[in-house]
Amino acid sequence: MNVDRGAGDGGHERLRGEPERRREADGGGDREAGGSGASGASASGTPRLHLAPSPHIHSPDSTPRIMWTVVATLVPVIAASTWFFGLSALLVLAAATLGCFIVERTLGERGSVGDGSAVITGLLLGLTLPAGIPLWMAFLGGAFAIGFGKLIFGGLGQNIFNPALLGRAFLQAAFPTALTTWPALAERWTHIYASNLALPLLSPGKVDVVTMATPLGLMKFEHQGTDLLKLAIGNTGGSLGETAGVLILVCGAYLAWKRYLNWRIPVAIFAAVAALSALLHAVRPSLPGAPFMLLSGGLILGAVYMATDMVTSPVTNLGSWIFGLGIGLITVVIRLWGGLAEGVMYSILFMNALVPFIDQATRPATFGTRAARKETA
Amino acid sequence: MGDLTRIFVSAALINNFVLAYFVGLCPFFGVSKKVPTALRMGGAVTFVMVLTASAVSFLNAWVLPVAPYLRLISYIVVIASLVQIVEMVVKKTSPALFRALGIYLPLITTNCAILYLALFQYARGYGFFEGLAFALGAGAGFTLALVLMASIRQRSETASVPAIAREMGLAMIIAASLSMAFMGFAGLLSAGA
Repeated sequence: MNVDRGAGDGGHERLRGEPERRREADGGGDREAGGSGASGASASGTPRLHLAPSPHIHSPDSTPRIMWTVVATLVPVIAASTWFFGLSALLVLAAATLGCFIVERTLGERGSVGDGSAVITGLLLGLTLPAGIPLWMAFLGGAFAIGFGKLIFGGLGQNIFNPALLGRAFLQAAFPTALTTWPALAERWTHIYASNLALPLLSPGKVDVVTMATPLGLMKFEHQGTDLLKLAIGNTGGSLGETAGVLILVCGAYLAWKRYLNWRIPVAIFAAVAALSALLHAVRPSLPGAPFMLLSGGLILGAVYMATDMVTSPVTNLGSWIFGLGIGLITVVIRLWGGLAEGVMYSILFMNALVPFIDQATRPATFGTRAARKETA
Repeated sequence: MGDLTRIFVSAALINNFVLAYFVGLCPFFGVSKKVPTALRMGGAVTFVMVLTASAVSFLNAWVLPVAPYLRLISYIVVIASLVQIVEMVVKKTSPALFRALGIYLPLITTNCAILYLALFQYARGYGFFEGLAFALGAGAGFTLALVLMASIRQRSETASVPAIAREMGLAMIIAASLSMAFMGFAGLLSAGA
């Protein structure tokens, strides 16, 4: 900040850029009130005091900038899912994003579409869906995610739950079959699954879909492992975005380096999942080990892109650790003992609900009110 | 012991009374504006639940085999008198809490969660200790749901919620979202392992 404090001007100092308020403060009789405002001040070379409310240090980051950067990092993930699942991937993503976009545009604040958050919600929702889902369901999920996940809570920054995950939970509750039908990988990237084009409210079951179990489903219901390399690269069954684990990690690392996401959350999630599953694997070898648990399912996508949502994750670093550990533990519990094969979505939603509580509990002491408590996290 | 843990966890998380069975909704919406009040309401309900469960297990063992037609009436009488006791104790020991709970304290009498507990305890054939675990779990689950709800509502108090969804409307949406979040626990413990 640039403060020029001068001695002249009869003890008066000038507020640059705020001539009106200055005049009020000075009262009507001041000799400067007759001046020509800010331009006159700088022209005459009188000393100036630049006053502005904090914050004084500006970073170039803004909400739209961060959001569109996140969208940009999703492009490789989208490309990978198109490679694995064909053009269907693009169609599903477009349908989900369109649902988000329309609702944000019609019901949201003016211009709020431009900040890119609705696009992120749509893309993330699309990435959690199976490739063969009817497009109208993806659209509906997107509309629900923005309408009931975000706007009804007051818009961006005020929602409690991750909108994309809430949209997916809604779809999972409404259309459990369509959401757990995982089509086999596409043979060519131009492939479009027939079930994508099912008409609204009609049963999509009329078309034949060659399905393929997800690695977690295989493990849970048939006790079959999957090759770890395949898991890491992503040519396994699953939802659009959850298969290309390594790619997501790279994109996430970039976001963490830019500080657009708090690295503590994904690290805590991975640590909790690895530790708990390694422990359980040691006790009972029939349970899957840590590498499989880390690489399979939506864990990487959820940990990197969903759990780190700035709005729905804790503010403090200590809180972030707690948040991440909770997600990891609940994920393992649901995967191993739950009725569902995958638990990342529900564990993140559950911990989202705990965030206001975590924030309260980890609020740092006001400086000077207690013995200085250093944040070790 | 494993059985008791199972009953407890099941009642607290998987088959949460509020978020999975949708019973006890009036206090869930009525007393969930502030976390401390919610916590105390949860405590009061848990207390009544535990007392009810132990009383009901005695009723089930001694009275109802003789006069099965008295089931509903006897349950209601037991619950109502227990709530009266709690109300007197709370009024005497913590007038502030008594005022904070307001009408909802006597309403525990008609809280369907309590009657549900008693009926469930009978239907599942829980004995004394199983009933206690069930009551503690149900109470803990009720408290958890209430406190989560209250902390979320506190945070949303300053949010610019659209006029159509102020107050109770938003509370309903939050409840639905919470309920969806709890759906992940479905089937937990029943799948074996």
